Amino acid sequence: MTGPRPPFFAIGLLSGCLLAYEVLLTRLFSIELWHHFAYLIISAAMLGFGASGTALTLLKEKFAPHVGAVYLTAVTGTALLIPGAFLLAQQIPFNPLELLWDQTQVTKLLVVYLLMMLPFFCGGLGIGLILWHFGRDAGRIYAFDILGAGAGSLGVIGVLFLMPAHQVLMVLTALTLLAAALAAVELEMRPKWLAKAFFGLALLAAIVPSGNWLQAHPSPYKDLSQTLNILGTQVVDERSGPLGQITVVENRRIPFRHAPGMSLNATDEPPPQLAVFVDGNGPAVITQFDGKLEPLTYLGQLTSALPYQILEKPRVLVLGAGAGSDVLQALYHGAITIDAVELDGNVIDLIRQRFRDFAGDLYNHPQVHVHEAEARGFASTRHERYDLIQVALLDSFGVASAGLYGLSESYLYTVEALQTYMSRLTPDGVLAVTRWLTLPPRDTLKLFATAVLALERDGVPNPAARLVMIRGWKTVTLLVKNSDFTPMEIAAIKEFSRTRSFDLSYYPGMRAEEANRYNLLAHPYFFEGAIALLGSGRQAFLDRYKFYIEPATDDQPHFFRFFKWNAAAELFALREQGGMPLLDWSYPLLVATLIQAFAASVLLIVAPLAVSRCRRMFPTVWVVLYFLAIGLAFMFMEIAFIQKFVLFLAHPLYAVAVVLSAFLVFAAAGSWLAERWQKRTASGKHVVMAVMVIGALSLLYLAILPGLFQALIHLPDAAKIAISVALIAPLAVCMGVPFPTGIMRLARTAQETIPWAWAINGFASVVGAVLATLLAIHLGFAAVILLAVLIYGLAAVALRGFA
Amino acid sequence: MKRHFVLCMFLYFCCAFPSYGGEFDAKRHKMVEEILADIAANRESAPGPEVIAAVGKVERHRFVPGWLTAFAYINRPLPIGHGQTISQPVIVALMTDLINVKAGDKVLEIGTGSGYQAAVLAEIVESVYTLEIIEPLGKEATERLKSLGYDNVKVRVGDGYYGWPEAAPFDAIVVTAAASHVPPPLIKQLKPGGRMVIPLGAHFMTQYLMLVEKHMDGSVTTRQILPVGFVPLTGGH
Repeated sequence: MTGPRPPFFAIGLLSGCLLAYEVLLTRLFSIELWHHFAYLIISAAMLGFGASGTALTLLKEKFAPHVGAVYLTAVTGTALLIPGAFLLAQQIPFNPLELLWDQTQVTKLLVVYLLMMLPFFCGGLGIGLILWHFGRDAGRIYAFDILGAGAGSLGVIGVLFLMPAHQVLMVLTALTLLAAALAAVELEMRPKWLAKAFFGLALLAAIVPSGNWLQAHPSPYKDLSQTLNILGTQVVDERSGPLGQITVVENRRIPFRHAPGMSLNATDEPPPQLAVFVDGNGPAVITQFDGKLEPLTYLGQLTSALPYQILEKPRVLVLGAGAGSDVLQALYHGAITIDAVELDGNVIDLIRQRFRDFAGDLYNHPQVHVHEAEARGFASTRHERYDLIQVALLDSFGVASAGLYGLSESYLYTVEALQTYMSRLTPDGVLAVTRWLTLPPRDTLKLFATAVLALERDGVPNPAARLVMIRGWKTVTLLVKNSDFTPMEIAAIKEFSRTRSFDLSYYPGMRAEEANRYNLLAHPYFFEGAIALLGSGRQAFLDRYKFYIEPATDDQPHFFRFFKWNAAAELFALREQGGMPLLDWSYPLLVATLIQAFAASVLLIVAPLAVSRCRRMFPTVWVVLYFLAIGLAFMFMEIAFIQKFVLFLAHPLYAVAVVLSAFLVFAAAGSWLAERWQKRTASGKHVVMAVMVIGALSLLYLAILPGLFQALIHLPDAAKIAISVALIAPLAVCMGVPFPTGIMRLARTAQETIPWAWAINGFASVVGAVLATLLAIHLGFAAVILLAVLIYGLAAVALRGFA
Repeated sequence: MKRHFVLCMFLYFCCAFPSYGGEFDAKRHKMVEEILADIAANRESAPGPEVIAAVGKVERHRFVPGWLTAFAYINRPLPIGHGQTISQPVIVALMTDLINVKAGDKVLEIGTGSGYQAAVLAEIVESVYTLEIIEPLGKEATERLKSLGYDNVKVRVGDGYYGWPEAAPFDAIVVTAAASHVPPPLIKQLKPGGRMVIPLGAHFMTQYLMLVEKHMDGSVTTRQILPVGFVPLTGGH
């Protein structure tokens, strides 16, 4: 049945499709829900691979006479499940917003998780079967497997530039069927028309129109879904790229009027607007502009207009310019020059081309200079100095108020980010950040604490003299000045706030009775918080506060995480009394996922072995410890590096693709080296060496990466990807050493326990992916990396116990 | 405060209990008890008896999709289709109480949704004008309110930004639809001394209630009110 040659190319292609699918799912989850859920997808993929290993262990004798047929079935199954599992998952009405109201949401999450696992199970089964059957060529098969995986996870980014994410699903199906056809050729399978049939099917899959039936259905509670329900709404433009799916919406019957937190004293209405949604979140708006400033008076009625009261003809840098609202606001207030930074070229193109007339050619305005760049990177490498740096209000109110970003990294609001912005200001320049108002205060106080720490780190002797915070009924604006606020400036700030009924939350020398006048709170929470954060009792205040508002740093950039365990019970008890929204759902979701990952991997990877004949071959405690340790440590490193490289590569998708592929390819190279070393010497010394290098490199990276990222962040994407790969390569090579060494040691001493070693390692990988995210949120990336080093050290000790 | 709460309970039983019968009535009765207990535990004052009577009378199970009627009297928000929700009953009670409405008042509602809030208001005031921006929801609510005999509720499908000028001014306004800002025309249509309430937050997640008070001189202040008695500092009061 099978030919003499292993299906190298088929394996490479299949592996590439699986990894591309893993990366693609992060895009599709961003469109469908609110978050990229990278940890969930990596964990599901690991579960699929791990479970397939267990299945193969138990069934390989049965598969042996029909290797070709089983392999083709597994690959065909993968091809069908790539769109199939996604389509089925879309039928599960999982709604994260209901997670804490409705216990069935946990079950729905589990079903989604298991469905996402299926294509990886089938694909893993196929690859594992070939590796086992052609054992003598395992090294070369493994090389094709890993090279394919690396190419797949990077290549999908390129494909996403060419077509929307849902269309890529059918491309992957076609390529997976092509892998089946290649396998039929390489394995010289009979009948001969089999290969042609699979080629035909691949062609069919490639030309099947992937219209609405495959499109990710965004949650009905996402901003775009809500808007599309409104009478008279129509989509006027859609664009897609790896950074997001952009939808432009018009409504002539009921125009958009986006003026976040506009003063209740305002009488003017915003001009007609078009709403722009990215992955269904938003809206940002394109405001109709004909060069006249009079219709834009509403822009002076927002809290974000505050800095313009103390700056005359400023030079402005807008970070996160989006569709141009903050640029218009700067023009309205007489800015002489505006540098507008936007990450997504598609958004810039909309304003420059498609809606050029509607937007009054805003992005070609003589005073406006638009830069397609990442905000942190742009700010850190700019030589110009600005009178004002505006950090735009990028996220939507619903998303912010529901805690939907609790697990997301945001490098815009960290201590290091604020220090970077401050360094680009003129001596009297101002940094202005506007956020949605949440009650009790969370992100605004966290931002205030972050600003205080940034000023302290810059050696400012009296940060209290450089901060001002005001709040309206829906937004809060914080000003951080490069010099002390003058009495004249404070008078202007007071006047601005008074005429718009905005409340003063903090200014240097503010008295308690000045707070809480127009928008009354039960307590002047913002003023009291600001005073506490500036005083000597800061740490006690942070400890006593029931939300996590410690300053965000590049090491712990989860700016929107406010969850604290010691307040969870109180908030959960208050849920039916209206207190549910105070308990951000994202953190409990992560915990629920961890429990599910644990249960699913025990059930699907470990339990089948425990009830089979393998139960009598359970390895020693040292073997268990070794494979558990290297599985956990590998995932800790991988997840921590993905999240850390989000800063450098500017987007979670790029980070997932680049880091994943670099770890895969170079860990495979490490495995290959380990096999050669192990054949030469059975002492296992090279594991100790590898662990020592991992430790040394980790410590080195922890020390140099922040500075290195800062220095190189301005480089083009291709250069940054190459640098990232170069940095990860030596580490990944060393991380690839322990697993094959362990397996080869067992092959000599206790071969019958190898299935257990695979299973334990698979279990650790599934749980490790989620656990690493949880630990990073609590302890920071540095701690997760150090923990990984420690666990690798433990593994090195455990290896000595093998004998 | 305790005395007020006991009085509320007494009046509620006098007004509402005789009308009970059937499974839903018993569930609604239990839900109102829970709401009263929740509010007593969290707020300084109990809601007015007319509010409690209204929440106790309106049949919430008729405002939720058929497959959710079993959950209609659980104190939680529920989906009603079109990406919208019916508010948590305790929030409806609080909002109705905050605007301080009485018999003879005229109320504007922006965001009809299922029509439940309008029905609760209609039990108390003389007339309710309600606008819905999502056409199918507006039509369903019109039919529902009509079939339940709420003749004092007028439903219109369309833009809520300009309010209902021909019926203005209003004693109170309830804005349940999400908006980035409070439309200036709505402030204009509020009578001096009138109140407007806006729940803020995502679906299923009302963060806080904003009460807009228009004073007799036309000036406007707001109060931001947490639905629960939650103090953000440990050991705080």
